Amino acid sequence: MRILLIVLILLAAPMVSAPAWAVQPDEVLEDPALEARARALSTGLRCVVCRNESIDESNAELARDMRIILRERLVAGDTDAQAVQYLVDRYGEYVLLNPQRDGVNLILWVSAPVLLLLGLGVAAMALRRRTRPEVPLTEAEKARLEEILKE
Amino acid sequence: MIVELGHYALILAFAISLIQSVVPLVGAHKGWGDWMAAAHPMASAQFALVAISFGALTWAFVTSDFSVALVVDNSHTAKPMIYKISGVWGNHEGSLLLWVLILVLFGACAAWFGGNLPATLQARVLAVQSSIGAAFMAFTIFTSNPFTRMSFPPFDGRDLNPLLQDPGLAFHPPFLYLGYVGLSMAFSFAVAALIEGRVDAAWGRWVRPWTLAAWVFLTIGIALGSWWAYYELGWGGFWFWDPVENASFMPWLFATALLHSAIVVEKRETLKAWTILLAILGFGFSLLGTFIVRSGLLTSVHAFASDPERGVFILMIFAFFMGVALTLFAWRGAAMEAKGVFSTVSRESALVLNNVLLAVSSFVVFVGTMWPLVAEMFFDRVLSVGPPFFNAAFTPFMVALAVVLPVGAVLPWKRGDVVKAARSMWGVAVLAVATGALVWVMQTGGSIMAPIGVVLGVWVVVGALADLWHRAGRAGIADRLRRMSQLPRADWGKATAHAGLGVTIFAIAALMGWETEDIRVAHIGQSFEHEGYTLTLTDVRRVEGPNYVSTMGFVDVARDGRLVAQLTPEKRIYPAAGMPTTEAGIDYGLFRDVYLALGDPQEGGGWALRTYIKPFANWLWGGCILMALGGLISLSDRRFRVAAGARRAPSGATPAE
Repeated sequence: MRILLIVLILLAAPMVSAPAWAVQPDEVLEDPALEARARALSTGLRCVVCRNESIDESNAELARDMRIILRERLVAGDTDAQAVQYLVDRYGEYVLLNPQRDGVNLILWVSAPVLLLLGLGVAAMALRRRTRPEVPLTEAEKARLEEILKE
Repeated sequence: MIVELGHYALILAFAISLIQSVVPLVGAHKGWGDWMAAAHPMASAQFALVAISFGALTWAFVTSDFSVALVVDNSHTAKPMIYKISGVWGNHEGSLLLWVLILVLFGACAAWFGGNLPATLQARVLAVQSSIGAAFMAFTIFTSNPFTRMSFPPFDGRDLNPLLQDPGLAFHPPFLYLGYVGLSMAFSFAVAALIEGRVDAAWGRWVRPWTLAAWVFLTIGIALGSWWAYYELGWGGFWFWDPVENASFMPWLFATALLHSAIVVEKRETLKAWTILLAILGFGFSLLGTFIVRSGLLTSVHAFASDPERGVFILMIFAFFMGVALTLFAWRGAAMEAKGVFSTVSRESALVLNNVLLAVSSFVVFVGTMWPLVAEMFFDRVLSVGPPFFNAAFTPFMVALAVVLPVGAVLPWKRGDVVKAARSMWGVAVLAVATGALVWVMQTGGSIMAPIGVVLGVWVVVGALADLWHRAGRAGIADRLRRMSQLPRADWGKATAHAGLGVTIFAIAALMGWETEDIRVAHIGQSFEHEGYTLTLTDVRRVEGPNYVSTMGFVDVARDGRLVAQLTPEKRIYPAAGMPTTEAGIDYGLFRDVYLALGDPQEGGGWALRTYIKPFANWLWGGCILMALGGLISLSDRRFRVAAGARRAPSGATPAE
């Protein structure tokens, strides 16, 4: 029972709290260019056991494994896309913090411009009602105006 | 006994709130003065009863009454007093009681200070506000009773979540609730106006300070939360686009839009239907935020209640209030006759653009937050929507807003001239671009983000000052400065808040563009260099706190041979909750923070240590404080004080007719 409790606490800890410990010194690659690529990629990959944390931020054991796998792929000569695909193949689309631009996800990606156009359209319609263009004077009014001015 | 008294008071308040949501409505409809007036003592009584109830719960926490289940789950005798008190709202049930307390307080304020409102409008506002109160009291009593007793009280409590044992987070929820609930006031006014079928300048004059106050509280609450994340989570992030953060950000965006459009209602008596819709949606997003946080539907770091029963209850509250309000709006909204006519180029139109950008950006955040749920439920795709999406989809709106703001703010009411307004801002634009270009050249390479942030920041900040400068009129410098100091406080509030936004935009860009990081194994006694600083880990010690054990590193930070700061990054363990937390060691500075986080001991000896230089980090929260300060200055404007004074006038004076 006590062991179960400890296991639960250990499992729960990285999920409820996020104490520092993301990239560890021993994970850092020798080649600064490769390391920079690894860091940039890992901010866009989700730690799958965490709540809304990238593997770059997370201190979970699994996040560490994912960081190491990512670096291994980069060292092996994968391109950025290949290395990310390698993780997607294993953990699913869920690891991508930047959602793919395909299928139904297109709805998500076009939502901002579409909503903006919609908002501007509604506003333009509302404004048209408020802003009446100035109607030129009719002939009768012009005559009346001249009459007044003459007086 | 005291705890039962609290429970009883809450039930009594619930009963009164039910009566108060019906009687004044009927009174206003039939024109019965005494039925309308009945709302006043009921609103006061509700407040008194809920205050007693909240006081009873606080009493249980302060005295560590472990026969109450909530106290057992969220408190501990060894906890410092301030966290015993903040523990009252550091959990689902208690925070809900705080929600209700603020809700009835605002309702009581509308009764106490709303004497200058038309009697029917006031009665309807009080009834609507009370119905919201009734819904949340029912929620508290039936699903989340904070007063439940334990049959076998334990010897000691399980302690409050250690992440919440922090000054920043102790006051983060109350401010957020003041903001959320402040929006309920705007909602009540909107619904009351729809029932009434009339909106006039007096309505705008009342809605605006409530919205402004709510907005100030939300701004402070969000800034506190962000600051907390910065120093507590151990790597200095300040915004994560977490669903729970978004839940507070969406109402903030709506409140911002609402307080701008309420200005138009008040000053120009137009955009009425639009403003009412914003008021309804603003509170709708507050409720939705509550739902997201409480249901645990979109689980995140903050979700402290994951119980479907509660989620369904809040969803019903949300559906009821939004359904009724939007139906009323569809039915009566068109009847809100607009008086002021304005041309396409005018302050009014600029504010409409502001509203569109803010409201749409809020909807974009909403779509991004809910998309994983929608994709999983309807398209069978398990996916994440994270910061890359939000940064890409949301940032353009804020950039557009910052670009338009200084010109829109100087456009005259009714009819303006873009060329003329732009001409007065021409110098500011040149200054902004020149500064940005200078920074771009000086930083030699690196991301373009920071220079763009500089351009926008200078444009907005100097634009706000230039607005004041132009407003003072043509005169010698001394005369102008004197006249500037005599401008209405609303003008100063506007300039301050706008400048705050500029500062925040700049700080975000600078922080993201220029931050540097160093990860290494530091050995005790050994020095290393980072960005011109010499850092020495002098010692790592075990330190006992009141209710935690800390592993504390001691780091000397020197620059040019001179000691700048001695920092103590920590890792804490709270034994009662069995949870670790980190406390970063931060040397706050005007132009940069030196930020240290201590990691684990390494196998070959030494400690993992991360060092960050965070440029202009404090400017981020400084900008938020400026925004909130601008709101407060605006609230203290003579106009509102006159409105407050006017309520005393009718009682003494006899009517003229």
